[in-house]
Amino acid sequence: MRITTTVNGTEHEVDDVWAGESLLYVLRERMGLPGSKNACEQGECGSCTVYLDGEPVCACLVAAGQAIGREVTTVEGLATEGELHPVQEAFVEAGAVQCGFCTPGLLVAAHDLLERVPDPSDLEIREALAGNLCRCTGYEKILDAVRLAAARQARP
Amino acid sequence: MTTMDRLVGAGVDRIDGPAKVRGTAPYAYEQDPGEPIAHLAVVQSTVNRGRISRLDPSRAEALPGVLAVLTPANAPRLGKGLASDLPVLQSLDVHYQGQVVAAVVAETSEIAKAAVGAIAVGYDAEPPDVALSPDREDLYAPEKLMAGFATDSIIGDVDGALAAAVVSIDATYETPTQHHNPIEMHTSMARWDGDSLTLWDADQGPHNIVNDLVTGFGLDAGQVRVISPYVGGAFGSKAFTHPNQMLAAMAARVVGRTVVYELTRQQMFSLVGHRTPTIQRLRLGADPEGRLTAISHEVVEHTARIAEFAEQTATPTRVLYAAPHRRTTHRLARLDVPPPTIMRAPGETPGMFALESAMDELAVVLGLDPVELRIRNEPERDPERDLPWSTRNLVECLRTGAERFGWAGRDLRPGVRTEGRWLVGTGVASATYPTRRRKAQCRISVDGAGRYVVEIDGSDIGTGAWTALTQIAADALGTDMASVELRIGDSRLPFAGGAGGSTGLASWGTAIVFTARDLRKQLDEQHGGQPPAGGLSVDGELPGESPHAKTHSMHAYGAHFVEVRVDRDSGEVRVPRATSVYDAGTIVNAKTARSQLLGGFSMGVSMALHEGSVTDERYGHYVNHDLAEYHVATNADIGEIDISWLDVDDQLANPIGLKGIGEIGITGAAAAVANAYWHATRLRIRDLPITPDKYFRELGES
Repeated sequence: MRITTTVNGTEHEVDDVWAGESLLYVLRERMGLPGSKNACEQGECGSCTVYLDGEPVCACLVAAGQAIGREVTTVEGLATEGELHPVQEAFVEAGAVQCGFCTPGLLVAAHDLLERVPDPSDLEIREALAGNLCRCTGYEKILDAVRLAAARQARP
Repeated sequence: MTTMDRLVGAGVDRIDGPAKVRGTAPYAYEQDPGEPIAHLAVVQSTVNRGRISRLDPSRAEALPGVLAVLTPANAPRLGKGLASDLPVLQSLDVHYQGQVVAAVVAETSEIAKAAVGAIAVGYDAEPPDVALSPDREDLYAPEKLMAGFATDSIIGDVDGALAAAVVSIDATYETPTQHHNPIEMHTSMARWDGDSLTLWDADQGPHNIVNDLVTGFGLDAGQVRVISPYVGGAFGSKAFTHPNQMLAAMAARVVGRTVVYELTRQQMFSLVGHRTPTIQRLRLGADPEGRLTAISHEVVEHTARIAEFAEQTATPTRVLYAAPHRRTTHRLARLDVPPPTIMRAPGETPGMFALESAMDELAVVLGLDPVELRIRNEPERDPERDLPWSTRNLVECLRTGAERFGWAGRDLRPGVRTEGRWLVGTGVASATYPTRRRKAQCRISVDGAGRYVVEIDGSDIGTGAWTALTQIAADALGTDMASVELRIGDSRLPFAGGAGGSTGLASWGTAIVFTARDLRKQLDEQHGGQPPAGGLSVDGELPGESPHAKTHSMHAYGAHFVEVRVDRDSGEVRVPRATSVYDAGTIVNAKTARSQLLGGFSMGVSMALHEGSVTDERYGHYVNHDLAEYHVATNADIGEIDISWLDVDDQLANPIGLKGIGEIGITGAAAAVANAYWHATRLRIRDLPITPDKYFRELGES
């Protein structure tokens, strides 16, 4: 099967994709985009969260064929022209990154939350990010990072 | 607080942060070996004890894309002397469920996994023996515990003192099997160049892995290179070699090209260790004022048939409180289980749940504030080793924490506060963890322009070591961080032990400080204080333990204060807020340290409320072996956590004055939650985790 998908604004075409391959597999193994992480393969941990036509999804649960002709954005696509997105900056500054393995999925999920809810309450942040497991941070600094990014984006 | 420094203490952003948020930091799976990679997948035993009677690889071998099927019949022979489950595919005998009985190497991971399903295996099996009980007749006393601790300690007449005690408690606490579940699965990628092996690996210290590869493959240490610059969490499971490193190296040799083996999440429950379950009987005796007269802490835990792992569960009880009569014991059952291993604060984590729960129960019997009970039993010296403390500020942690949390005026009565459906309570527990350091070597080079390269085989598993070590080096060299290039995570670098036992910064940082002193001395004495045009390189070494470790007892301390809310209709438990105060010596990086302490405490909350691997005693497996059913705390499970530390240092421990922060946060945390749960509900849950069903179980019994 041939897969043609726009990833981070660039059209990617890969051939000989087996129908059972996940979008995560194709991103990591065939498109050279290892930012999205594989950490459970069954949609429990959120480490592989990417945008599919603007909706955050677990890339491990999306068949690669479902992405044909659609737009995918991964953690590698959040920075523009080399500049970190405010959400990425906030994660570094707030100390929300430790081992970094859950970070790519959390960044996409947090980015999505702030697109939908520019000034989220703590409860909204916790609920929105509850599908992204982190074993290192205890989540406290992830909350700080989202609050910080929200405050910066609100600034005129 | 030491004033030697400018950067130590600062909350510097982690230097590995930008690469991690861009998704470009290369973890083991993402390293480039410079050639096409073959993939490995494994067949695991479905029985706990027995022998393989039939294993037919022919269907798998015939599948397109399969490069090799390794079985006990054809796998290369590994060298003698490998411990535990490292002699992979060397025998037909099965010792635990999940043991690797065959491995497929294929062009892609999808083909390899499909081929696994095509391999039929039969067993001559015996029923699994996996149930831990204090009544087993085969319990035995190991010769020693992990880390060299004595198996038992007995001082005075414990039984006599307990019998004579005016006030006493006698309770048994249980903690379940737990699995580390770092978010990155264990991954090993092996490439051979002739007889030289390169392994890109997810581990807690490359030097920890090298020796087993040397033994297994009959190599010289110089022929093995293990590289692990970025590791996606570990918590102990990545401290030592597991079957994955041996399998990747073995398979790469067989197929003659690079092979990667990334475990599945399910395999994380059988192949890389777990925390032993414990059954702990605590007996405390006290006088009417709450001064302890006797402490008895008897532990039953398990180990594997093929490897003895004796967790040091009662060791915190040997140091925390004063009492003239005291006893700690550890007994093991050898079961048909995978080999247990260290998991964040091995020993202290389950042991402090029992001790600190028992202290709370004693305070209840005495009608005494549990903070005050702990203060009344503060020992002047280490009560078992009879040594002075290097530094000990547990009482100040308790007092400061009580003030920050708003403990004063707390009503001692349980089950009397409600807010709507919620039963509300508060609880306290102490924290403690030993302060140690280990041998480490370091090389520091400076070029003519004053740029430094610091080389040491340290490891950053998410702790912040990349950043904190750079801060320590910059201070020790009298320069700024931008002038220091740190190299860690490669066995070609000077020797250092892995990240574990909260010894990383104490060991690697001290080696850096010693080496930097030598370098500066040479610069001053031989080069007029300026780096020579051709540069200068100095090798240094930290021999090991502090010279004061034999004359002083060294530990970090802390106090946790927790509010718990329990839904009186559903039994749901929430932890809306907590305060922890630590005596952890010098804090090197305020930002990364805070995250470590938050993460440790949160893992303790997770242990209290969620975590437990459920063993099926009929079929011998862990029923909940994935992240859907092995629950860890999510963002929505954690409330406001207030972390702070005392402004203290410990110059007897190491020249930086630090005590280690990776593990102190989790110790005592589960007890604080359980104690607050009792205060909210009147129900004492002595077997973790405190799930909603236990609320109804206890209501039925009370």
